[in-house]
Amino acid sequence: MKPRPDDFLERSKHLQKMSDEELNAYFWYLVEKVVDPLVELARTHTTPSIERSVLLRMGFNSLEAKKLVDMIFERGLLGKGAGHIVWRIAKEHNIDYIEAGRRMINGEYWDEVDRIFKGVSR
Amino acid sequence: MDKLDPMQPIDIEEILKDLDKYRPRRRGWTWRKKLPEGTKIDKYEYYQISEPLKKSIPLPAAHYFNNIDPQPDVVITSEIASGRFEDDIRRMRMAAWHGADHIMVIRTLGQSHFDGLIEGTPEGVGGIPITRKQVRATRKALDLIEDEVGRPINFHSYVSGVAGPEIAVLFAEEGVNGAHQDPQYNVLYRGVNPVRSFVDAAVAKKIMAWAGMLQIDGAHNANASAKLAWTVMPELLVQHGINCMYSVKVGMPKENIALSTVPPVIAPLPEMRIDLPYAIALRELFQGYRFRAQMNTRYIESDLFDATRVHVINAILSRLTSADLQSTITPDEGRNVPWHINSIRGVETAKHTLLAFDGIKKYVKIDQEAIREKVRELKMRAILMLEEIINMGGYFEALEAGMFVDNGYYPERFGDGIVRKKDGELAAGTVVPRDPDYMAPVCEHFGYNNLPSGIEKPCDLIGGCTFHNPEKIQFIDELDETDNVNLRLERIKDMKNRKVVKPEVEWFSDGWIQIDMTFSLSEEYAEAAALAVCEKLGLEEPTIIAKTVLHPAEGTYVEIKAKVPFEIKIDELQLPKKPEVLAEEELFSFVEKRPIKVVAATVGEDEHSVGLREILDIKHGGIEKYGIKYIYLGTSVPPEKLIDAAIETGADAILASMIITHNDVHIKNMRRLNELAIEKGIRDKVLIIVGGTQINNDMAVENGVDAGFGRGTKGIHVASFIVKKLKEKESIS
Repeated sequence: MKPRPDDFLERSKHLQKMSDEELNAYFWYLVEKVVDPLVELARTHTTPSIERSVLLRMGFNSLEAKKLVDMIFERGLLGKGAGHIVWRIAKEHNIDYIEAGRRMINGEYWDEVDRIFKGVSR
Repeated sequence: MDKLDPMQPIDIEEILKDLDKYRPRRRGWTWRKKLPEGTKIDKYEYYQISEPLKKSIPLPAAHYFNNIDPQPDVVITSEIASGRFEDDIRRMRMAAWHGADHIMVIRTLGQSHFDGLIEGTPEGVGGIPITRKQVRATRKALDLIEDEVGRPINFHSYVSGVAGPEIAVLFAEEGVNGAHQDPQYNVLYRGVNPVRSFVDAAVAKKIMAWAGMLQIDGAHNANASAKLAWTVMPELLVQHGINCMYSVKVGMPKENIALSTVPPVIAPLPEMRIDLPYAIALRELFQGYRFRAQMNTRYIESDLFDATRVHVINAILSRLTSADLQSTITPDEGRNVPWHINSIRGVETAKHTLLAFDGIKKYVKIDQEAIREKVRELKMRAILMLEEIINMGGYFEALEAGMFVDNGYYPERFGDGIVRKKDGELAAGTVVPRDPDYMAPVCEHFGYNNLPSGIEKPCDLIGGCTFHNPEKIQFIDELDETDNVNLRLERIKDMKNRKVVKPEVEWFSDGWIQIDMTFSLSEEYAEAAALAVCEKLGLEEPTIIAKTVLHPAEGTYVEIKAKVPFEIKIDELQLPKKPEVLAEEELFSFVEKRPIKVVAATVGEDEHSVGLREILDIKHGGIEKYGIKYIYLGTSVPPEKLIDAAIETGADAILASMIITHNDVHIKNMRRLNELAIEKGIRDKVLIIVGGTQINNDMAVENGVDAGFGRGTKGIHVASFIVKKLKEKESIS
């Protein structure tokens, strides 16, 4: 921002007549206006750390979670949800999902992932 | 190990045993249990205290008041950052005994940029690497420590950096009770991509909310970062507002959201007049939220006394307004040596000040009318800043323009704010839109989640997530064979086996000591002279850590840390003999059968009678308690008068209190008492006992009297000596 002198008296004219309660309420009204778009952004987006946190909650350890999320991110499939992908593959093969994840780390099932989540068939 | 023995160090190996199976006993934050206003501890009334501890170390002056240790109503934080969790745990126990119930573990430098979780127990710099093993071991130790002191202890660290959501999961699983979480902190001070930081934060906060963790924000860092710290006051209100509202919107209850507040300025400015309106504006705007009062670290220099003064004044402000937590940092943070002793001093300073100002608002009220204008002005400045942020297009746009941490007093601008790009900084380009079929089969997941129809609890899809089925949590022990706690414990075990010890400041027997000295030299020469002294003493790595100019030419005070190159063999240490004490019943029954009378006075030019009165008076557990009659002659009494009084009253003993003087008057007085008693023919009938803080028995006996008692003597010691001697002399049993 460009330097500017303290013009508080001028700038605050519209606030001077407000009661204390009105000032408090107006403060929170403005805060909400700043925050709402940020919350919406978070609601509709995800990140590698968020997806690793999903895999941790599913019972993967941190090393497994990191590898899986890196592989899914590289394929451009993070927007599907890492847990979603692992869960779906496990279901397809009727195996435990931790086992499915470990096999995926070893390079298995990725063609299938592409087929299911990218609509790619070979 | 189910229980700690107060007389034994905590056994780290026991803590590490079966750690893979350990589960925390609870989730969530615990406040202190307040006692009703007017509760009496001993005979003193308190208005702002909480339940007492089972085991504790009271403030230094407590021994004048029956050793009471009232606990303020406010949670007290101790920040601990030795870099080794096994030593952190020992410090936590020390802090808990002094009254801390919020242990904040600082993370190692650089963890906020680590993309993922760290495992094992590597050593950290300026803090520890937060890992599952470290967190679990610490929680397990704290469970034992809280049983020992009798009060729940809140364990706290940081949910920040580029692995926030994962750390939140780890903390929720492992029973961590509180954490710093504020996306603005990542953005402004850790250079993390702003979008990433906010998106991550929502998920992390939702998890923290489930775990009942107390969240502390990061706004105080603006105060610590701005050159003119006080000018960021309007922005601090804005930053607190953004994090509070964001947290509430993702589902965190207000009462679990704490503002991290710091009184913005210190003396030589008129501190209170600037800080008080700010503190009030904050508390009015943020009603319903919690307040974590942090001591101002912005201005702390390397002078411990200066730091302590700052802490005291800051805690007074908490009592004049309000606080839910009073945080202490080691008052030596200014020189980056957070040592055991200084952690404890920080806790003591908070406890002392909070108790000293207990119930002060009963007598002192803030003049609301006088302060109103300043309070309103601060709120208006914050509102104007929010208006401009919205006009600029929102948070990210304002950030890109350098709105935050500008040194101007808003709306004044210096143009030196921190600039962060929306699509730049660390981890940029890692935020991905959730597709319409995005799905996460776990609970407490914030945001859009396209669960299969009919699923109410997301983790039903996977037979339970770790929050509902903790059996699923995997424990990784160690990943680095060259950097882990087992290797560090080898050194400790070896020293313990050889029964040797070194002094320490933060790690077991680390060898560091602090010494201080004053030279009649100017600053530069004094520093050089101090280092020369250390060299002659054979100390290693001497480093000057603080100095005070007493006068540019007359003197300089210097504090130095250095390492001792040798070990001390514990078995070869000589302990002073403890005075023999008879059983109380034995004393009572003896004096009943054989009444005892003594004459007592302070001798020579000694006007100090407190020590002697404590030996005599029944109130203080003195000899009177056992039925011994005393005649007190007063202060500065000549030896002649004492001897005359002994003859007149037929006393069995003379008790003479004396101070040590430069010209050995005390020696002369001891000899004089002995000689006079011989002259007057009563020496075999009367015991002559001397006492004083610097007196010892050898010195007394050498100079012809029967016994000498020094610092720490109680009535029972003196009574035991008299009775024992009379038994020998008169063969009474």
